[in-house]
Amino acid sequence: MLSTIATAAWSSPTIDYHALAPEMILGAGIVVLLLLDLFLSDSRKWLLTPVASFTLLGAFIPVLTLALSNSGTRQMFDGRYVIDDFSLVMKGMFLLSGYVVVLLAADYIREGDYYQGEFWFLMLSSLMGMVMMASSRDLISIFVALEFLSIPAYMLAAWRKRDSRSNEAGIKYYLLGVFASAIMLYGMSLLYGISNSTKLTEIGASLGSDVTSLRALAVFFVVIGFAFKISAVPFHTWAPDTYQGAPTPVTAFLSVASKAAGFVALVTVVYVGFPGSHAVWQPVFWILSAATMTLGNVMALKQTSIIRMLAYSSIAQGGFILMPLAVAGETGVAESALRAVVTYLIVYAATNLGVFAVVTVVARKTRSGEISSYGGLFSYAPGIATLMTIFMASLAGIPPLGGWFGKFAAFQSLVSAGTTWAYVLAIIGGVNSVVAFGYYGSILREMWMRPVPDGDTSPVPVKSSLAVALGITGIATLLLGVLPGIVIHFGDLAGLAGAFGR
Amino acid sequence: MEVISNHNWALTVGTFLPLVGVLVMLFIPKAEEVLIKSVAIATAIATLAVGIYTMVQFDFGNAGSMQFVAQHDWISVIKSSYYIGIDGISLPLYLLSMVITVLVMIYSWDHVPSPGNPKAFFILMLILQTGMAGTFIARDLILFFVFFELVLLPMYFMIGVWGGENRQYASLKFFLYTMFGSALMLVAFLALFFKTGAESFSIPFLIEQGMNISRTTQIWIFAGMFVGFAVKVPMFPFHTWLPDAHTQAPTQGSVILAAVLLKLGTYGFVRIAIPVLPEAAKAWAPYIGGLAVIGIIYGSFGCLAQTDMKRLIAFSSVAHMGFVMLGISTLTSFGMNAAMFGMVAHGLITGMLFFVAGSVKERYHTLEIKRISGMLLQMPKLGWILGFCAMASLGLPGLAGFWGEFPAILSAYQPAPGLSVNVFRTYMVIAAIGTVFAAGYLLWMFQRIAFGEPTAEFAAGHGHDEDIHDVNKFEWIAWTPLLIAIVVFGVYPQLMFKVLDPAVGVTLKAFGG
Repeated sequence: MLSTIATAAWSSPTIDYHALAPEMILGAGIVVLLLLDLFLSDSRKWLLTPVASFTLLGAFIPVLTLALSNSGTRQMFDGRYVIDDFSLVMKGMFLLSGYVVVLLAADYIREGDYYQGEFWFLMLSSLMGMVMMASSRDLISIFVALEFLSIPAYMLAAWRKRDSRSNEAGIKYYLLGVFASAIMLYGMSLLYGISNSTKLTEIGASLGSDVTSLRALAVFFVVIGFAFKISAVPFHTWAPDTYQGAPTPVTAFLSVASKAAGFVALVTVVYVGFPGSHAVWQPVFWILSAATMTLGNVMALKQTSIIRMLAYSSIAQGGFILMPLAVAGETGVAESALRAVVTYLIVYAATNLGVFAVVTVVARKTRSGEISSYGGLFSYAPGIATLMTIFMASLAGIPPLGGWFGKFAAFQSLVSAGTTWAYVLAIIGGVNSVVAFGYYGSILREMWMRPVPDGDTSPVPVKSSLAVALGITGIATLLLGVLPGIVIHFGDLAGLAGAFGR
Repeated sequence: MEVISNHNWALTVGTFLPLVGVLVMLFIPKAEEVLIKSVAIATAIATLAVGIYTMVQFDFGNAGSMQFVAQHDWISVIKSSYYIGIDGISLPLYLLSMVITVLVMIYSWDHVPSPGNPKAFFILMLILQTGMAGTFIARDLILFFVFFELVLLPMYFMIGVWGGENRQYASLKFFLYTMFGSALMLVAFLALFFKTGAESFSIPFLIEQGMNISRTTQIWIFAGMFVGFAVKVPMFPFHTWLPDAHTQAPTQGSVILAAVLLKLGTYGFVRIAIPVLPEAAKAWAPYIGGLAVIGIIYGSFGCLAQTDMKRLIAFSSVAHMGFVMLGISTLTSFGMNAAMFGMVAHGLITGMLFFVAGSVKERYHTLEIKRISGMLLQMPKLGWILGFCAMASLGLPGLAGFWGEFPAILSAYQPAPGLSVNVFRTYMVIAAIGTVFAAGYLLWMFQRIAFGEPTAEFAAGHGHDEDIHDVNKFEWIAWTPLLIAIVVFGVYPQLMFKVLDPAVGVTLKAFGG
């Protein structure tokens, strides 16, 4: 084997620099950050924050130009790295989410006297992994991207190193993450054994549509591996502890960007790698989806800490995002299911980041993470309370806020499948979206209808970076709900399923 | 159906103008209460002016066709468009929502309920107005759904923040019931969309295609819509949120809820469920009629058992909406006309009753019927207004309530072809008995509250003289239009029937009636 590689004629692959520009800008930014961190004195370390945010915005520019250039799908490395509408939409989402997280983290990191340079370095590295994930169409590059985005995230979760909760967060996340990687790798090795290739399209061709126990096992293991990443029940146990222990901006990052990356990988693998094996993955997704939204909701109802409640809420939302995948293999549903997942992820990112921005702002004043600390917020901070109302209503899926369209798209693909199982899942989802209002509504109730717990009604200070974050997410949440067409028009997702080379 | 699109900006402006007012109000500091109230009322009046302009320009000779139609791309990927229009069925309700909002706001000038904060209170009312008006003009299911849901949160906050003692429970109950209904309704809408070839959410298109769906499927889709709309109406047995919501809501919330929000449900039946799914409507009609008469009798008994005036009015709503649903369930033009008239009449009368209840509460600080007595001696004007509304509500001929109730009962004598005559005649008898109960509970309430001597607690010189005063300026301004309308529509019902009738005819085309 080695000898054949050594003797084969080597030709360098053609590189499409325009297509790789986002990754290259990110890479350059990461290096600049590291170097600056070495040479800047402590009092000027704050300069690293603008460098990080400009790197992210800079990387977003080529994503835009690529999207506008309308040159169709670009492929590199023998079709193992693909820049299509799907990957561009997701890259844009990762970069913008990253930008909002920088806004959330800016003051937190500066005031906490933490290692600023390292923080931004790790965060951008993790984002780099996500951006790569969106384009990867090969088992190896998917695995590398996954580790690239995960390993920095383990460290970020344990960032407050003298806090035992933060340590617990990091360790739990790390151990379960590695465990999941191992399961996935096992599945991938089986896939390679079956198809003799690591390229997803070739795996798809070789798997075909007949299901043997070996093939089913391979598909099953890979799906389960990603189920950890998206914290689907019963593989969710790390999420509440990790979310609670990690610094709040990191939690925002994990619950939005990292989760979305898991979904991107899952969708890519399933759509490109196992399109024919839907008999295996559809029931798995059905069960995961029903269990995830139900258990997430039920657990969220009981929480008194806002972060833990948001952790379970994020798990439950994951269940809703999984819904369309449970029918994605039915004839004619693939496209609408994919569109539903992408739409939901984008809406969820805007809304959930907004929630975390509010949580950060409020926690700076009340110094509490309890839901009861939101009591009477509307009476002394009506602006923030109104924004929080918008975000909560969006998460609950109430029109005309963003969340409703995500849920609508998910329900739409279920009903379009038209099978009994699809209808049953739709009804489970419907009931769950009512149940979910139980805890989203409890925040609204605290803010609007309860007295201020400690009687402190001094105004809530909002740092300028947080104000920008609130503005971006608030406007996005509203706009996505009123004119949902804009997300969908951004990437012409009609050709998306086809762009996977099917 | 003929479509007329003159002045197609009018509906859009009329619907979204309140939101412009909201935007302006956001920038006014909370302390400037007078300015805030003025801007809000000015916005509502401007909105009403656009509404009246719409009515003036409305081609009454063509009341059966959609007018002021506008259609633009909205969410093209799911084939939903911004498609609006108004016909004889929508127009009265569209205007009713605007009139009620203006009057409620004027009433609120010096009646902002505790804990105050007029800025938020008026903003919520304006958002409600947009949602209500939008629902009545939407010609696209998804647009309808969005407007239908838009009223949820403002009403939730209105009850939950400005309501009575049990407000949090009541607001949550209201919200969860409605949301559960909406979830099923949305699934039904989607099923309808796919069963008609996944081409469009536009209601006229669905009316054309809906009859091609197989009967069994129609029945299932209708079931989903039924739950969504029936919760909103509310029909027995989905009504349990209503007494709580009404009792706990502030006066303004009760008035808007009774006068307009309940109509979103019945309007949904008339506009969507029945014309789109005619076969299912026929299959469901006997059951709807049955639940409607159960609602009439159950609501009446509920009323007789109440000790709280507001709760009594709330239960009377259940009974009155029963008459409306009975009229709808006959699937005849006669019954549907009666139902539409009943919706508007109920809006005027019950809205007025809740206004009076609010003012009674403000004066006596209680709505316990047995603690209040002799109102005619203490506050003759308020007492007689209450008497007038009670008469209107029980269906006294010559007042608006009569024209909603009596024809609805009569229509059950001869339901649409294909429906069992015996069943509906039984319903007719039961409903007629219901009117007797209605007279009973309303007159009994009036008698206990208004007649006799004031109770010792509230007699002169017991510390309540300050609060107990007759109808004030703002109440007169807010109430006079409603009182006049109750008389005008009572004496000359043709005014509304001639607008409704052509549109009802178009709606019932599939039933040959």
